[in-house]
Amino acid sequence: MTLNVKERRNKTGIVLVATGEINSETSGSLLQTLLPLVREGRPLRIDLTAVTYVSSAGLRTLLVVYREAQHAGVAVTLYGVSEEVRFVMSATGFLDFFSTGEAEAAAAKTAAKTPAKTAAKAAR
Amino acid sequence: MSEPASEQVLRVDAYPTHEVGGYRVRAGKPFPFGANVVPGGVSFSVFSDQATSMTLVIYKRGEPEPTAELEFPQEFRTGSVFAMTVFGLDHENIEYGYRADGPYDPVTGHRFDARQVLSDPYARLIAGRDVWGVEPDRSRGYQYRSRVCLQDFDWGDDTPLGIPAEDLVVYETHVRGFTRHPSSQVTAPGTFAGLREKIPYLKELGINCIELLPVFEFDESDNPRTNPETGEQLFDYWGYNTVSFFAPKAGYAATGRYGMQGDEFRTLIKDLHAAGIEVILDVVFNHTAEGNEQGPTISFKGLDNATYYMLTPEGYYFNFSGTGNTVNCNHPVVRNFVLDCLRHWVADYHIDGFRFDLAAILGRSPDGTPLPNPPLLELLAYDPVLRHTKLIAEAWDAGGLYEVGNFPAYGRWAEWNGKYRDTVRSFLKGDPGVTGELATRLAGSPDLYSSRGTSASVNFLTAHDGFSLADLVSYNDKHNEANGEGNNDGGNDNASWNCGAEGPTDDPEVGALRLRQMKNALAILFTSQGIPMLLSGDEVARTQQGNNNTYCQDNELSWFDWSQVDENSELLRFTREMIAFRKRHRELRSTSHPTGQLRDTLGLPDISWHGERAWQPDWSAESRLLAVARCGTGDDDVVYAAMNSHWEAHDLELPALPGGRSWHLFADTGAEAPHDIRTPGAELELENAGKYLIGPRSVVILVGRTPDTEL
Repeated sequence: MTLNVKERRNKTGIVLVATGEINSETSGSLLQTLLPLVREGRPLRIDLTAVTYVSSAGLRTLLVVYREAQHAGVAVTLYGVSEEVRFVMSATGFLDFFSTGEAEAAAAKTAAKTPAKTAAKAAR
Repeated sequence: MSEPASEQVLRVDAYPTHEVGGYRVRAGKPFPFGANVVPGGVSFSVFSDQATSMTLVIYKRGEPEPTAELEFPQEFRTGSVFAMTVFGLDHENIEYGYRADGPYDPVTGHRFDARQVLSDPYARLIAGRDVWGVEPDRSRGYQYRSRVCLQDFDWGDDTPLGIPAEDLVVYETHVRGFTRHPSSQVTAPGTFAGLREKIPYLKELGINCIELLPVFEFDESDNPRTNPETGEQLFDYWGYNTVSFFAPKAGYAATGRYGMQGDEFRTLIKDLHAAGIEVILDVVFNHTAEGNEQGPTISFKGLDNATYYMLTPEGYYFNFSGTGNTVNCNHPVVRNFVLDCLRHWVADYHIDGFRFDLAAILGRSPDGTPLPNPPLLELLAYDPVLRHTKLIAEAWDAGGLYEVGNFPAYGRWAEWNGKYRDTVRSFLKGDPGVTGELATRLAGSPDLYSSRGTSASVNFLTAHDGFSLADLVSYNDKHNEANGEGNNDGGNDNASWNCGAEGPTDDPEVGALRLRQMKNALAILFTSQGIPMLLSGDEVARTQQGNNNTYCQDNELSWFDWSQVDENSELLRFTREMIAFRKRHRELRSTSHPTGQLRDTLGLPDISWHGERAWQPDWSAESRLLAVARCGTGDDDVVYAAMNSHWEAHDLELPALPGGRSWHLFADTGAEAPHDIRTPGAELELENAGKYLIGPRSVVILVGRTPDTEL
């Protein structure tokens, strides 16, 4: 099983769209792709919508990226985590480390309900 | 091969020197044993003293036949250790094993058979029984497959909690049984992840230590019996039949099918620690799943039978475990194996302590003789990595060695106090002649542990092995028919009493008495000195329908039924408050045995005994009433507990209290709920200061304090 990655850039940051499986065979090249992006210092979103399986080594790779990003002060968000992958990440504790798109969406929803002025204040 | 995040460090040993079977290899490092990921490859190291050759067998994950068989070159052997680094392996997608060749001569102890593929004794993961209860493909030549494991879990700031032993409240439970029942309502029933979802319940209960029945990989399907009534397959539910000592049981993990049981278990431990709960593992080093001459060859038998097992001069297996074989624990190589194993669980899983099944065997020499100064027990007591873990012995074995009170402790070992269990059970049912020994047990069994202190005694009334608390008060006899052994299995000396009817009954009086007896048991347990251990479910009257040996019952007989949390909320509340009470009163947790000496602050002794008359205990054979008063150190605390196992009520004269203190009622098991127990600190002052009527078969607990002071 292979892993394809595509990179998109927009005003808010970088989006990396992954397709396939993240395992011990594919995680090395994923890491090679992700680390330079982290070092750019812009918010990074990893879209896992088309990722069917993340193995133990794959989860570790994502965590390494997260730790590197933390070190560099860069926000990394996982996005589109499938139910099965989410279940595995939750049961093994990895989910606790990451911001996921759902949490981000929920936060955005809350922020939308908050008067703009207060939200801006909170953001500071 | 993935590059590390930081700059790649080039190492000389990252380059192959040889080629074997088409794979690039080099001599591995003998230590550590097992399979370890190294730059560019995986290093395999295995011990065998008598093997003439060793072959590493590699499978693609899940494939029935090997993809490679790599014989260790002779120059890769250091002493009796075969070590080889194999490059270019995808460590996540291989399974491995060994073929060891050597003499087959059972009389001299050797059972080498190069046709067998053997599990690595140091395998950190095992595949082959990935999901609980799935019928295995027994035609496969290699059943329990060793796997390579990454050991880089992110623990954050987690460290073992280091709760003082005397402050522990241990909760013995079973990973699967705790949440397998449909009523548990967890995401993944019967798993580490499921148990993790129940941490709030454990926290609310107030326990601060969970003791898990075996979690090392075992094969639940190795039980050949069926239920004679239903024909259903019986399992090895408890798991005291270890297949692999370094590997967490895959079938206990929701992610076992992905091989992520290690991370899932670590996450459970991390979260338990965050909730203030330590984790003790029940470990079984007395025997293995390989059984006797007729048993399967899994690992040790084929690698080095004569080293790992105690053998008779004729080459048969000594059976001090009652299960066919006995691990040769005091052989120097096996001692190190046990040590390595425990270090692994402490260092790599942050385990806080261990309870050793049939630990008396750990004190036997290779010929079975009990040793006066067993090197293994000493080794574990002083080991730097294990130094602050809890070590608890089940201080007896199936060979008749009973060492309760005499287990070689080296200042470290505690024991399951079987005498505490037997004495309190006997008192509870109303046997005569028990009161004197009851006093000794309540005071932390100074007769057994005079030099070791009270925390050497793990006090318990029930455990996985035997009746549950609800059954202890509901059955005179065991009812083990479902185990398929004609009711001949399980203990007969239960000291149980059915309160007037055998098993389920609609008689409200019997039901009320049973509930009271359970409260009595809990009240005594949590006011005794020593470490209390509660059997999971006893707080909600979990029943096993009279089965006192549910080792094979993977069903409602064993599982925690969560609907009982609501149904038996009265008992649950009682248990919670008793645990909270114990935490509040330091004198109940004193590490030193009480002496009866006066305490300066209050003018009361640290312990005093009373009967119907204050200061006059009745030690006669017919006495079924005993009261104990404890006086704290420094906090002017007084706790009085009266225990009446007589079928009649008695008037108690209460000892006078100094300094304006008066007696306040915390618990009276003879009272109707909610007056049976109060929240600690909110006890009710007695109207009649000097007297209290204790009901039939009841326990009364009072605290002495000034009326306006919350202790």
